[in-house]
Amino acid sequence: MRHLLALPLLFAGPAFAQDHATHDAHGPSHPMPMASDQPEDDGESKAQAPGEDTVTLDHRMMNHGAMEHEPMDHGSMQHGSMGHADMDHSGMGHDMTMQHGATATPSTDSIPKAPPPPEAFSGPLHAADQFLGEDVMAASREEVVREISGMPVFWFMADRAEYRARQGKDGYLWDVQAVYGGHVDKLWLKSEGEGSFGEKPESAEVQALWSHAIGPWWDVQAGVRQDLVGPSRTHAVVGIQGLAPYLFEVDASAFVSNKGDVTGRIEAELDQRITQRLILQPRAELNLAAQDIPELGVGAGLDRIEAGLRLRYQIRREFAPYVGIAQEWRVGQSADYAQAAGEDPSVTNFVAGVRFWF
Amino acid sequence: MSSLDRRKFLVAGTASMGALGLAHAMPAWAMGRPEGMLARRGSDVLSGEHLKMTVADAAFRTGNRHGPAVTVNGTVPGPLVRLKEGQNLVVDLVNNSSGDTSIHWHGLLVPFLMDGVPGVTMAAVKPGETFRYEFPVRQSGTYWWHAHTLQEPMGHYGPLVIDPAEPEPFTWDREYVLMLSDWSPMHPMTIMKKLRTQPDYFNYQQTSATDDYALSGEQRRMWARMRMMPTDISDVTGSTYTYLINGHGPADGLELPFTPGERIRLRVINGSAMTFFNIRIPGLPMTVVAADGQNVQPVETDEFQIGVAETYDVLISPQDDRAFAFVAESIDRSGMGVAMLASRPGARAPVPALRKPPLLTMADMGMAMARGTGANGGAMTGMDHGSMEGTGHGASMGHGESMAHGDGMDMSDMPMRDTSKLPPDVKAGPGVAMVAANPVDRMGDPGIGLSDVGHRVLTYRQLVAASPNPDPRAPTRLKEIHLTGNMERYMWSFDGKNFSAVTDDPIRFAFNERVRVKLVNDTMMVHPIHLHGHFFELVNGAPGDHQPRKHTVNVQPGGSATFDLTADAPGDWAFHCHLFYHMHQGMFQIVTVRPLEEGDEA
Repeated sequence: MRHLLALPLLFAGPAFAQDHATHDAHGPSHPMPMASDQPEDDGESKAQAPGEDTVTLDHRMMNHGAMEHEPMDHGSMQHGSMGHADMDHSGMGHDMTMQHGATATPSTDSIPKAPPPPEAFSGPLHAADQFLGEDVMAASREEVVREISGMPVFWFMADRAEYRARQGKDGYLWDVQAVYGGHVDKLWLKSEGEGSFGEKPESAEVQALWSHAIGPWWDVQAGVRQDLVGPSRTHAVVGIQGLAPYLFEVDASAFVSNKGDVTGRIEAELDQRITQRLILQPRAELNLAAQDIPELGVGAGLDRIEAGLRLRYQIRREFAPYVGIAQEWRVGQSADYAQAAGEDPSVTNFVAGVRFWF
Repeated sequence: MSSLDRRKFLVAGTASMGALGLAHAMPAWAMGRPEGMLARRGSDVLSGEHLKMTVADAAFRTGNRHGPAVTVNGTVPGPLVRLKEGQNLVVDLVNNSSGDTSIHWHGLLVPFLMDGVPGVTMAAVKPGETFRYEFPVRQSGTYWWHAHTLQEPMGHYGPLVIDPAEPEPFTWDREYVLMLSDWSPMHPMTIMKKLRTQPDYFNYQQTSATDDYALSGEQRRMWARMRMMPTDISDVTGSTYTYLINGHGPADGLELPFTPGERIRLRVINGSAMTFFNIRIPGLPMTVVAADGQNVQPVETDEFQIGVAETYDVLISPQDDRAFAFVAESIDRSGMGVAMLASRPGARAPVPALRKPPLLTMADMGMAMARGTGANGGAMTGMDHGSMEGTGHGASMGHGESMAHGDGMDMSDMPMRDTSKLPPDVKAGPGVAMVAANPVDRMGDPGIGLSDVGHRVLTYRQLVAASPNPDPRAPTRLKEIHLTGNMERYMWSFDGKNFSAVTDDPIRFAFNERVRVKLVNDTMMVHPIHLHGHFFELVNGAPGDHQPRKHTVNVQPGGSATFDLTADAPGDWAFHCHLFYHMHQGMFQIVTVRPLEEGDEA
């Protein structure tokens, strides 16, 4: 402590209460340090008067002769031997004692990796605490840690929000997500649904998931799904979402309903840039079921396939209208259920929508 | 000339009314903006032993961009603090702004409590508060200062020049301080959220079906398979940034008068948040005489890349009665800052077009050994410097880059993330997307995109300290630190550990300990790593007592950089990547030097 008291730093704590009226001698602030807009920029030059003379420092009085280093002899910089021993600085006019040999740099491989010496662990955990107060610094540290350790952010994205033109009644579809969280753990809300205009929605669901990063590219997600139309169903959800090799965005989930039904859904999409703003997005979705669920029109095995191709234009990154085509097939037993209900198991949609986020 | 005339008109109009905020079609206050005053470009000089620096909210306009800013003493950048080696300094920092503030004296050897890092050496200075800095000025050279808060990218930075007690070993007739920065109308928090939500948000130079990058289909598939982008050079680009020189955008017509035959000292400071610059003056060679404020043996070059937070002093000697363009091209070539060296008022030289955007290479993936360049990790032994002979330094220096786009290079058997190659203290979690398979020393690299530009480009290997370093001891201990990240999640860290995981586990050095620190870059981005309160000496092949002293070192992608450090400043010190949003998203650590009672000579 004796030594520290000698340091000026101790006199320099927070000066909250100091009277700055007494500090008006804060340094002559003569203007124009750096270059200005002059000469064309009259107004600004005036603002920074007195102007040009102080723009440059006049070193003409200094001794140029002291250092005629041009031309410098780079030709002799034979670095091949690493020693700089041949470096010829004789033309530089001042003493460049390089003392080769005497101070060869040891190779990194020859230096042992070792823990710090014991004295490196002395004193308080946080050095500033003992000068500025533990409470003050703990609060400050907490703010900084919160800010720079992946502070939570929120975003909402409508991946698909579209009008679907097709035989029969035209329809609509939404597929949106809202995310809140830090780098590793997030609350992930998803909703999707579709229907035909003038009718009740064909399907609508909301998922609330906890999402946890398990590697550089993948999150594991778990939570609940509530179906909002049709026979009331609540599902437990577990899934993975992330980025597969070749930049496929993949979202795969398994669902177990409160009726015991087990289903699954796998979605994959790929952004193919045509230009910096024009993007072609192939997309595929498979719906699977472990058993027949007649009241939902779902057959065991592969239930439904969707394949889409959307071309979007990013007016801004956050706002990209698109057009495209989306084909749906009900397959297997599901197709039979559809036909029995008087529906076409194969539907082609021409879609127009907007992908947006904020 | 029509564009010139138009610009002249705009500049005159802006300048005459700018200080009053009347330059807008509608003034800021009339638009309901809280920022109030439009910040002046450029800055005044503060000299003396007792300075006052006042932080305020403001608006800033450059070109077509307009948005919130933070000023110190009313300008962007803030004032040039011009000091004399050996003087004492008292600075009263007054926070009249709405945000937290501080001043970090970048590169200055100060007692740690004066270092200006909230959460480490002080509590942030809240709105309405003041803070007094007080320390002796123990060095000379070109430095800068900036907030260590969210205010930094908004304009809270400025140059700091210390005139030496003894004359410099070189002379000059005229001097300019050139402070480079990047300014966005977006608030830093907005930029951070964009990066977290869509990491390629600002990149409009990506590969596409219609690009003309020299990449084969196989190479494109290889990048896609790795889930990485060969165009990921800058996270934030000219799509939102205007690149400023002394607060002047390219449209603002910054003119630097000179008289033919003069020798001019340019003090170039990169005060950007996120931008490396390629600096050149077409038609004029530059002689580098100092790096990070420390004199080096003069070395002539045609271009150099300056990392964020670095400074270089160069001498130029324009002989012709004409103009020369000082060009600061962003590393990803999405924009540039321009100033005009003019022998006569209004003289203009052609501004070179932006060059084609560069691509990342095999070496940037940490696979530099793929073709056996002879480079090996750590020390220089065996490094082939044959290409440095003669005057053609730099241009052909690109170890690694020359094998850049190896035709049909098959990488299928090269693991991108072999975590077994990491030391046990590195945490290979979601924040580590890559492990450099073979990180080689890249001190001889001119920087991304500058391997084949057809003229000399400076490399770290050319820097030799002008005078012997104070501590000639050999290091007794090696400390290896990995730079880790995941662009996709926008996570950045040292050794894979988020800052919250290491607040109680700093990097420890004993007082006066001589340590070699090896930084291994397990990412595909170049990181400018800054240690507060110290100079370290780059292990760059220079003789042990003439290794160049720096406060910030660029660690090239997939490579390593090594420095020797004498831990001679007791206290806690920030150690971080100086890319603002990398620091902000976790690439931040504390270095502590103990015991605290040591170092009274400081």
